[in-house]
Amino acid sequence: MGDLVGSEWFRLVIGLVIVLAFSQLNALFLVWLERKVAGHIQLRIGPKEVGPFGILQTIVDGIKLVGKELITPLSADRKLFVIAPVLVFMPVLVGFLVLPFGPDLIIRDMNLGVLLIFAFSAFTVLAILAGGWAANNKYALLGAIRSVAQNVAYEIPLLLAALSVVLMVQSMNFGQIVQAQGKIWFIFLQPVAGLIYLICATAETNRAPFDIPEAESELVAGFHTEYSGMRFGLFFLAEYTNMFIVSAVATSLFFGGWHGPFGFALGLPGVVWFLLKTYILIFVIMWVRWTFPRLRFDQLMNFAWKVMIQLALANLIATAAVLKFV
Amino acid sequence: MGTQKLEPGEPVIKFALLDDVLNLARANSLWPMTFGLACCAIEMMAAGASRFDLDRFGAGVFRPSPRQSDLMIVAGTISKKMGPAIQMLWDQMPNPKWCIAMGNCAISGGPFEYDGQYAIIPGADLIVPVDIYVPGCPPRPEGLIQGFLALEDKITKGESRNLLRRFRRHGESGS
Repeated sequence: MGDLVGSEWFRLVIGLVIVLAFSQLNALFLVWLERKVAGHIQLRIGPKEVGPFGILQTIVDGIKLVGKELITPLSADRKLFVIAPVLVFMPVLVGFLVLPFGPDLIIRDMNLGVLLIFAFSAFTVLAILAGGWAANNKYALLGAIRSVAQNVAYEIPLLLAALSVVLMVQSMNFGQIVQAQGKIWFIFLQPVAGLIYLICATAETNRAPFDIPEAESELVAGFHTEYSGMRFGLFFLAEYTNMFIVSAVATSLFFGGWHGPFGFALGLPGVVWFLLKTYILIFVIMWVRWTFPRLRFDQLMNFAWKVMIQLALANLIATAAVLKFV
Repeated sequence: MGTQKLEPGEPVIKFALLDDVLNLARANSLWPMTFGLACCAIEMMAAGASRFDLDRFGAGVFRPSPRQSDLMIVAGTISKKMGPAIQMLWDQMPNPKWCIAMGNCAISGGPFEYDGQYAIIPGADLIVPVDIYVPGCPPRPEGLIQGFLALEDKITKGESRNLLRRFRRHGESGS
């Protein structure tokens, strides 16, 4: 029996169950938080009547979405149309495999953790493209094309920003990266990379001001125009889980992971610090979304190719030079 | 014995408790379609904005795509040209779905209905099944919220059965 509990498979199964439960709960909480934040920023109250502070609102929305009719358009590519919402959710789950929630709370502490998480988050774009293509709807296809163009453009500065941190630690292992930030967080040593990462992460998760793939004023609802019921719900779930992953990666790359500020843990366990910082970052992303208007598509692409990539590249070269000669 | 008489619109197969739970969820999460026809739409937007805030009742998620919405608010005059578009939007919405006719034009044509008029469809109920009529020209946002609450009561079959919503209207007894 002890053999079973200690085995790798057992760890994986337990980890998967925890990750699935956590991602659902996280999405439920984040959707509620988003509506509350939006409400208060717009001088409203937000959900209030369903449960105390409207906390049950997203559960109710979920039950309703499960009970809705699932429409598959007649001209759609049926197989791809059905499989795309599942595809969009799977790579997001893989990200949880290497996230360092605490010193001992990593499902799999891989040597190439950083690489794995970015590789799989790039896979999400394929699922979005599949969904937009399969729907056989011009707005869905346009939204999907925009999403792919935007993600390809912003992936490069995102990776370059992460790479400057990797250069400093000389490791792609999340555990070691966080360990290196015991005294001073990398956001103070690499402020440019940190800023570039946050901007690109917002663009990667298709959130305002970079939410042109689902710009309502131009494209109805973007790539998920034709999705109804829980299939749409899965896209929603993936978006919010993706937001968590992106913020968690930012926390462990730039904001010290499970460490407290400047080495003071204040008696709190590492997980608490990690989640606290992650949710503060998520709040900042929401804050940005409800404050700034949407960019135009050419502005967005110009910003990525003409500013962000150059800046990230210069920062990487400067980092390498400092590490080599100082 | 003998077959039971069904009311019009009553489902043949009923799942007692599950239906109640689903109806409770549906009533408290009515996502309207982002869709307006005339001046009533301005009042509809006001109902969603800061002072009136439909999101309190979970109804503030205006979805741009008909595939993701539960409720169509016909807000304004239905011109003959707009009629087929409204019908198509209604057909594109997934079941179960509801419709609110907002304002006099959507109820019966309002000031545009007279002998010999050729431009408008006098009443949304001529092209889509309407659940709730909200009169006014245009109705105030409070009127639309009243319509929402009436629709919630219709879905849960009485306000007293809407166990989730904390807000209760005074002076009106739920059936």
